[in-house]
Amino acid sequence: MDWLDNIIKTFLDFDAMWQVFPQLLGVGLVNTLVISIWATVIGIVLGMVVAIMGISPSRWLRIPARIYTDVFRGLPAILTILLIGQGFARFSQELFGPSPYPLGILALSLIASAYIGEIFRAGIQSVDRGQLEACRALGMSYGKAMRLVVVPQGIRRVLPALVNQFIAIVKDSSLVYFLGLLVSERELFRVGQDAAVLTGNLSPLVMAGLFYLVITVPLTHLVNYFDHRFRTGRRKATPPKSGLDEVEEVNPTPTLTYGSNT
Amino acid sequence: MTYTSPVPVTDGHLYAGSSLELRSLTMAYGDIEVLREVSLDVAPGTTTCIIGPSGSGKSTLLRGVNRLHEPKSGDVLLAGESVLTQKPDAVRKRIGLVFQHFNLFPDHTALENVALALRNVKGLSKAESRRIANERLAEVGLAERADHRPRDLSGGQQQRVAIARALAMEPEVMLFDEATSALDPELVKGVLNLMAGLAQRGMTMLVVTHEMGFARKVADQVVFMDEGRVVEAGTPGDLFDRPQSPRLQRFLSEVL
Repeated sequence: MDWLDNIIKTFLDFDAMWQVFPQLLGVGLVNTLVISIWATVIGIVLGMVVAIMGISPSRWLRIPARIYTDVFRGLPAILTILLIGQGFARFSQELFGPSPYPLGILALSLIASAYIGEIFRAGIQSVDRGQLEACRALGMSYGKAMRLVVVPQGIRRVLPALVNQFIAIVKDSSLVYFLGLLVSERELFRVGQDAAVLTGNLSPLVMAGLFYLVITVPLTHLVNYFDHRFRTGRRKATPPKSGLDEVEEVNPTPTLTYGSNT
Repeated sequence: MTYTSPVPVTDGHLYAGSSLELRSLTMAYGDIEVLREVSLDVAPGTTTCIIGPSGSGKSTLLRGVNRLHEPKSGDVLLAGESVLTQKPDAVRKRIGLVFQHFNLFPDHTALENVALALRNVKGLSKAESRRIANERLAEVGLAERADHRPRDLSGGQQQRVAIARALAMEPEVMLFDEATSALDPELVKGVLNLMAGLAQRGMTMLVVTHEMGFARKVADQVVFMDEGRVVEAGTPGDLFDRPQSPRLQRFLSEVL
């Protein structure tokens, strides 16, 4: 069983895993979450702007939104991250100092906003047209109708898709290491990779992988749960009732019944 | 069949309906004209019912009146003034529209549905908008359902909320777009009674309907449309008992 030993040593060396565990938890996980959450928050804000522009009646808003989405969705993530991370390094240095960390977050946000913009757009457009018409018929402006009625409904529908997008961002955050992070800024993948190189053993990377799965798998199931709930609705079954209940409701005056009014 | 207002006429809120006139109104979707040169006078406080087959332009006509769809040519006069020279939002505030499929806001309660535009279009205070909303809901017999969401209401109840929502804005004209077509048969009359009550309390109403009984009993004027034109218009007696055009005679022989 030499080969089995080999495999276990290469991938599941517990000593190597255990050694890297504190670093993965204290540095890697924290940074991965910080990067991902920032990128998601900024991505949601930008994505909403892109979505609103994308469904605007004005083509001068629609076309730029379309181009933006096409570009950032169409490019490989790694290319965008490198272009943004290195291209704006001078600019970023004046604002945030020498760390490429903020630019990594920015690049991820831009990519995320293109996807999130599409998610929001699809959600908003799936809201029945009658909702907008009802608002407009009451004299509401387009902007108010969108803000008060249509967009909130659209957002609620795409919550599962947004969680999916967060999962994608968590995974993509591993690409930020390309920009060269300081030791304390390393995210899960980089921590695992460094340890793997140091020990000449892949187990630290497997450990990093487990960390990713601990974040992503529960979220995936959360999405499925929400999805199921949205589809089946929260309606409880009610016993059958008489249509007369309601007929009475609009005819409050008791009707005369033959024989009972003597 | 008779239609009795659910609230005694003298008890309910009185409305000051305005006149509505259509002058050679023509409307198109792209290149296709769906409404051709329609002229119509609706006197203040009267009810006009528009009947006719589906696709004859009835709904489009209503949408032209409040400019949900922009007319191609012709004019619409509300209280004698052209709506085309005014801001659409200002016109729509004065014209209520009730849809076939209610179009209530699903994540708002009945009360919030009615209060939303009062607060955000009329700019009333929260308390004031809720007070008016409660009043209007009571008027349509739904005071006790004020906190229900649309999905917990039946179709008839939803449509009554929608009517209350339109009425809350104190419109001068009410438009009904097949308001009872999507309802349980048993619930149709409740909504029609409500509409008849409005007619008696001074509202100007333009009603697209397939309810011939309602048109005959409640309307002051009935208009028969086909292929985007007015084929025949007159009193209910004229249209239903003495139809002149072969097209209307045929229509009535099929539906009555």
